[in-house]
Amino acid sequence: MFTNFPFFPQQASEQAGTIDALYFFLVAITGFFAVLIALLVIIFAIRFRRRHGAEIGEAIHGSLALELLWTIIPLGLTMVMFVWGAQVFFHMTRAPRGAMEVYVVGKQWMWKVQHMDGAKEINELHVPIGRPVKLIMGSEDVIHSFFIPDFRVKADVIPGRYNTLWFTATKPGRYHIFCTQYCGTKHSAMIGWVTAMDASDYQAWLSGGAAGGTMAENGAKLFADLSCNTCHLENGQGRGPVLKGLYGKQILITGGQTIAMDDAYIRESVLHPQAKVVAGFQPIMPTFQGLITEEQLLQIIAYVKSLSETPSTAGTGTPDVKK
Amino acid sequence: MSEPHPGYQPPPVAIKPPPHGHVPHHPYLQHHFDSMAQQAEASTLGMWVFLVTEIMFFGGLFTAYLVYRHQSPLGFQEASHHLNIYWGAANTAILIISSLTMALAVRAAQTSQPVRTQITYLGYTMFLGLAFLGIKAIEYTDKFKDHIVPGPYFQWEGLYPKPAEQFYSLYFAMTGLHALHMVIGIGIMSVITFMAWRKTFDSDYYTPVEVAGLYWHFVDIVWIFLFPLLYLIGRHYHAG
Amino acid sequence: MEITAAPLNYLNNGHSLASWLLTKDHKRIAILYLLSITAFFFLGGFFALMIRLELLTPAADLFEPDTYNKLFTMHGVVMVFFFLIPSIPAVLGNFLLPIMIGAKDLAFPRINLLSWYIYVLGGLFTLVAAISGGVDTGWTFYAPYSTSASNSHVILAGVGIFITGFSSILTGLNFIVTTHRMRAPGMTWFRLPLFVWAHYATSLIMILGTPVVAITVLLVAVERGLHLGIFDPALGGDPILFQHLFWFYSHPAVYIMILPAMGVVAELVQAFSRKNIFGYTFVAFSSLAIAIIGFLVWGHHLFVAGQSTYAGLVFSIISMFVAIPSAVKVFNWTATIYKGSVSWDSPMLYAFGFIGLFTIGGLTGLFLATLGMDIHLHDTYFIIAHFHYVMVGGAIFGYLGGMHYWWPKITGRMYPEGWAKFAALNIFVGFNLTFFPQFVVGYLGMPRRYAMYAPEFQVYNVLSTAGATILGVGYLIPMIYFAWSLKHAPLAGDNPWGARGLEWEIPSPPPTENFAATPIVTEGTHQYAPSREVGIV
Repeated sequence: MFTNFPFFPQQASEQAGTIDALYFFLVAITGFFAVLIALLVIIFAIRFRRRHGAEIGEAIHGSLALELLWTIIPLGLTMVMFVWGAQVFFHMTRAPRGAMEVYVVGKQWMWKVQHMDGAKEINELHVPIGRPVKLIMGSEDVIHSFFIPDFRVKADVIPGRYNTLWFTATKPGRYHIFCTQYCGTKHSAMIGWVTAMDASDYQAWLSGGAAGGTMAENGAKLFADLSCNTCHLENGQGRGPVLKGLYGKQILITGGQTIAMDDAYIRESVLHPQAKVVAGFQPIMPTFQGLITEEQLLQIIAYVKSLSETPSTAGTGTPDVKK
Repeated sequence: MSEPHPGYQPPPVAIKPPPHGHVPHHPYLQHHFDSMAQQAEASTLGMWVFLVTEIMFFGGLFTAYLVYRHQSPLGFQEASHHLNIYWGAANTAILIISSLTMALAVRAAQTSQPVRTQITYLGYTMFLGLAFLGIKAIEYTDKFKDHIVPGPYFQWEGLYPKPAEQFYSLYFAMTGLHALHMVIGIGIMSVITFMAWRKTFDSDYYTPVEVAGLYWHFVDIVWIFLFPLLYLIGRHYHAG
Repeated sequence: MEITAAPLNYLNNGHSLASWLLTKDHKRIAILYLLSITAFFFLGGFFALMIRLELLTPAADLFEPDTYNKLFTMHGVVMVFFFLIPSIPAVLGNFLLPIMIGAKDLAFPRINLLSWYIYVLGGLFTLVAAISGGVDTGWTFYAPYSTSASNSHVILAGVGIFITGFSSILTGLNFIVTTHRMRAPGMTWFRLPLFVWAHYATSLIMILGTPVVAITVLLVAVERGLHLGIFDPALGGDPILFQHLFWFYSHPAVYIMILPAMGVVAELVQAFSRKNIFGYTFVAFSSLAIAIIGFLVWGHHLFVAGQSTYAGLVFSIISMFVAIPSAVKVFNWTATIYKGSVSWDSPMLYAFGFIGLFTIGGLTGLFLATLGMDIHLHDTYFIIAHFHYVMVGGAIFGYLGGMHYWWPKITGRMYPEGWAKFAALNIFVGFNLTFFPQFVVGYLGMPRRYAMYAPEFQVYNVLSTAGATILGVGYLIPMIYFAWSLKHAPLAGDNPWGARGLEWEIPSPPPTENFAATPIVTEGTHQYAPSREVGIV
């Protein structure tokens, strides 16, 4: 490999090979047509060059057969591209169950990472190889985008909502993280490194880094500190709904809609409690906007999630059996 | 390449002189049109095309309205109840009547009725337009008094303060843009009235009245959409 | 043929400043536009050169990152809104559209002049924004950065774009009405030059899309000024709504830039092959198809923004569809050259360049329409390379080709052909050297809008900067010989190319009224030989 004149980024994730295969296919097809057109233009321009000033071209008005030919062939080829691309896309947007979850918060101009077991990093992300990792990402200020070229994954990180991406690293090493959505002065300095490690090295790294409880534990503490537990009682007698077992369910809200109880809904309920109220409850919850940081919000979400988890589906930092 | 191709013989020329000679011009025929009919068709089509643009212009706001109303339907209902439905209904009636007087003004010009008739209808139209703006001003003043103008001084007593502020952002953006169109419309009508007073319009030439009328009707129609979307949403909850 | 100086034409019919600034002649207004967009082109080009100089090295050593951010923003804003969108329609379209359909002027000459003043006013706002400190949001003005975070002159620049939008709307309105109502007797829809078809399709986008971006930019300004919650989630707004509204216009806007260039190339290919277009109806309708389908593909800018997977699928497949009419055009142009009498005059060189470069630009667009592929390529230099192949390799090549083709008609003078060929080659080489490496560095993962970048990307950036220097010189050469030609070049005569079309039947430069009498048209344009066979057209 050339080190100073590379043509392709490294293939360091399971997705990378899939994307590169699609890329080669596209390069081959489009390269063929680009060369075909260029050659035809050059050959015609030379072969039929004007020999004398009064010369005129032949009157040819067209051919339905040819028009159909060069409509249908490109159409067919683009449909192949579409289907292949869609397949890859579906694979890339659906994280496998049991993927290890890591929370990422983007802010001008750094990446803040929280592992489920409580370890925190800035502009660094340590992951084990061979295991699907799902990043759940939010932003404190403007839109960012999280991009790891060597893994071929990217997702915008948008304030007010959570976007996810997932990958399975395959090769130990250090890989670029770039912010690809323009976010202000130091956009080009909003970069970092993914460190992919063998499972044993990762364990060693985890045990060295974690401090102050898991995310769910921190969330539980916040839940009490912010007095959420005074209304969201576990016995169903509280002024707010019981949260245990609610995550991932479809719930009915005032006004008759049914919505999914997910990360986004928890977030909205903490910041704008009256936007969507669970049916049967009064819109009396105060807003916690300004009282809670994005990272704490993620801890609350991790806690609420943990209330609905059976141990086998828990996405914790410890490697469990691959499913 | 500075000389024309010397040996090139062009095929038979595609241009022939016009079939008939010079015809006397109508005084309002602009030099680049061939006939009054062509000029009138061009102006009318131009206004229609412009109105399509206007639909897209308001369309952006309607899209924003749709998105945010979908996000918090209850908040929008709640906020809507703080609008005065009587003023809104009155304004709807006023605009519908103004469309009638506008149509009558076009008719008056088209049928070469006396200048006085033309001016009377145009006058009614402008008066109704001003009445609409007057009522709008009263409503805006009330909103200022009640501090439900979005921005730093926004105060909301009831539920859903955020969606309510959004609703009023859109309310002021949409009705404000609409009111601006009314102001422009009244400006156009003043010019048209002046032209009518100068005895410009008769059955041979009434395109400006017709085109201004199209604009006026369009502005009315926008209000016909704004009124239910802003004033009437969620009424059945209270009525029932 | 003896060439005598034209007696009275649109250029010498009045010499005072007022006769230009208050003119209602579409040809003079085209010249006003030509002067102003040329100024903006070189301003935008200057910003581009500064960007390329900064990117010579990985560190931000020539400019502060803030300055760099303003440079690429101003480059985008100036080039997109003040050069590319008005370039061919407002200059060549304004000049030629009425002549090509046998009209004395556009339907609304006063509105035409008004549109130029609106353009200048919008331009002034943007210039003031640039001079007083610049804007750093990127030309896309993404919220909430533009509404809440940026400290630069967003409102001023936004108002400039808002105002200029109306100039574009009025031009589109004028073209549509003119094409419908001002055609000379016998100029049926299917005898229209393809240049007119392309402008008709462009105008549809102008009147349908521009108001949406106008209201969007206005909402950004309102949110920024009054802190209303429209796009910023911290105020309760939705930043994705901004992207939908913005791209609803700004993707079709790409077709505003490329469709007129396609129209120009159709004319060039016919005139310099002395042959009528292959498959007239297919080429004409493909313009309309691009304009219409172009309105349904905006969501492909949001593949990584977290829109629903199904929305992604729909936008991906429609984006594939929009490639088809473009492919049809390319094949038909190529087929037109077949068995033509092909001249290698400089306008044709631009047409050759256009066909090749637009093909690359269009085909790389397929990469971005392919869902799984776009995830990796989104917001990298691959995108930059792709749209510069379309915007520069396409739109600017079309513009320059058209300028060289119609220059004799516009000014009545030729230009030095040797220099013109040299400049065309220069621009072609410089362009490819600038932008081809960006495909590679994009796939490697270099993000766009980076003042600093990882050292392994440097090789490609050095190539790019070297190419940009050549490209810059290439743009200056035509400026010089065009200016020189006005006084010193030989007279052109009515039809120096031996081309067929109404504009070549009248004197060069044309008289103010274009036609002494309204012409009657008996056949389509570019009919060089009597038809031997009746093909399917």
